[in-house]
Amino acid sequence: MAVAEPYVPDPLGPARRFFRSPQSGPRLSGSLRSSLRDTNRAAWYAGGLFTALTVLAVAGPALAPHSPLVPAGAAFTPPGHGGFLLGSDSIGRDELSRVLYGIRTSWFSALGVIASGVLIGGLVGLLAGAAGGWLDEVLMRLTDAFLALPGPVLAIAVVAALGPSLLHTLVAVGIVWWPFYARIVRGEVRSLAARPHLEAARLSGASRWSLMTRHLLPGAAPAIVVTASLDVGNLILTLAGLSFLGLGSPAPAPELGAMAARNLSYLLQSWWVPIMPAIAIFMLAFLSNMTGDFLRDALRDT
Amino acid sequence: MISFENVTKSYRGSILALRECSVRVEKGEFVFIVGPSGSGKTTFIRLLLREETPDSGQIWLAGREVTQLAPWKVPYLRRNIGCVFQDFRLLPNKTVAENVSFALEVIGRPKHVVTTQVHQALDLVGLGKKQSRLPHELSGGEQQRVAVARAFVNRPLVLLADEPTGNLDPKTSLGIMRLLDRINRTGTTVMVATHDASMVDAMRRRVIELEHGELVRDQARGVYGYST
Ligand SMILES: Nc1ncnc2c1ncn2[C@@H]1O[C@H](COP(=O)(O)OP(=O)(O)OP(=O)(O)O)[C@@H](O)[C@H]1O
Ligand SMILES: [Mg+2]
Repeated sequence: MAVAEPYVPDPLGPARRFFRSPQSGPRLSGSLRSSLRDTNRAAWYAGGLFTALTVLAVAGPALAPHSPLVPAGAAFTPPGHGGFLLGSDSIGRDELSRVLYGIRTSWFSALGVIASGVLIGGLVGLLAGAAGGWLDEVLMRLTDAFLALPGPVLAIAVVAALGPSLLHTLVAVGIVWWPFYARIVRGEVRSLAARPHLEAARLSGASRWSLMTRHLLPGAAPAIVVTASLDVGNLILTLAGLSFLGLGSPAPAPELGAMAARNLSYLLQSWWVPIMPAIAIFMLAFLSNMTGDFLRDALRDT
Repeated sequence: MISFENVTKSYRGSILALRECSVRVEKGEFVFIVGPSGSGKTTFIRLLLREETPDSGQIWLAGREVTQLAPWKVPYLRRNIGCVFQDFRLLPNKTVAENVSFALEVIGRPKHVVTTQVHQALDLVGLGKKQSRLPHELSGGEQQRVAVARAFVNRPLVLLADEPTGNLDPKTSLGIMRLLDRINRTGTTVMVATHDASMVDAMRRRVIELEHGELVRDQARGVYGYST
């Protein structure tokens, strides 16, 4: 049996393929990362950042001073004036409130797509890797077929067919996102299957189910977790990009990408209207990549 | 107990490893499989374990046709078979006791059963006092004893050993053979594939000889080579 290469996560893989761009996310610099190498501390940082972002996403609406949809004052109020911390937009809605709502949408959309990718891809990869033979062939050809789907085009097609809605966009992205996880999990499972303890378990008569759930899946978990966490930032950018292209919730909904896109024409006269949501996207992607980096450091030695 | 009926096995369609091989082994027998390198001994063992399937013929173990078994039943077949290999195949980062208990834990035996059976198996092979050592802290003979304990801990119907003394000196080898003999006396069927002429001659048990995949000799209380 050929021993599969150990899996080295390519954190930018999915987004790279999605938009065919060489580098798509702000990343933590090398020196800062090496100073925080200590694995235990890295685990705490990762957990803390993830919790902080999730808390922000959950509590955002409660923290919002105004409604994200109803004007609360004069249009184009600059940041810090008239009670608008981040200014107001073209019809007088509070930017801060809209950004806070937008963060929630971005964060949970990204997590949702990742979760579906891990679930579907994990299942397919586990089955393919553990079963081998014709099932492996069939599942991996299927995965290849899905990998060949052009993501943005599919999203446009789905939205054109079913109407613009965030859910439709997420479904379209989810359809092209899971194959990466199937590949990763299959590779991990194949290399684990060649390890002595798997052979010993197999010869002792461990059932396929217990081999999968008690030996292969736990063994593949670190790679999945690291890839998934590094993927959140990519997905936030991808979804923001699609929303920027108009493939998200329809007009008044506070979505970061769409907010930046629809107000781009005000960039010179009232820069804060398109820039504030853009900064929010950048921060969100940056912080989730940082979470992923910490998590990778934390799991490196396990 | 074990029965091969006209079993033929080739690899990649061309290399013939077993040719029309028919053998019966009764419950509680002790059988040596001998023959030159490449004669098909390991293939015989792998077929019994359903690691390979034959091109033709039938293989029976404990009243079941091994080759017809549904894939999901293969693990249950293997629970009736203990295996020992030339290279021991212990898990290097687990202690002696953990190596043995691993075989029971992976098939879901409850903890109290594991504890007592591991204890008994290690006592049987004479390693009760070294149960918290790691494999690299043991001699080759001791490592093979651990492997025998692991193979036997689930009380299999059959114990298969492929060159169990291939890496050991003659004195240590004799100890392993005595151990296999003791296990055989508990009623376990034991099959040992070996090149080790002195062991076969010393034990004087049934000998099956293969040559180019064909069964050329089946002799009760036999020796390694032909004797006049
Ligand atoms: N996986 C395989 N693929 C192809 N040919 C194989 C494979 N395994 C064994 N063979 C071939 O089948 C024949 C029988 O091999 P087998 O391993 O059963 O012999 P053996 O009696 O165990 O030899 P040894 O005493 O050297 O262990 C040999 O010609 C060998 O080259
Ligand atoms: Mg051999």
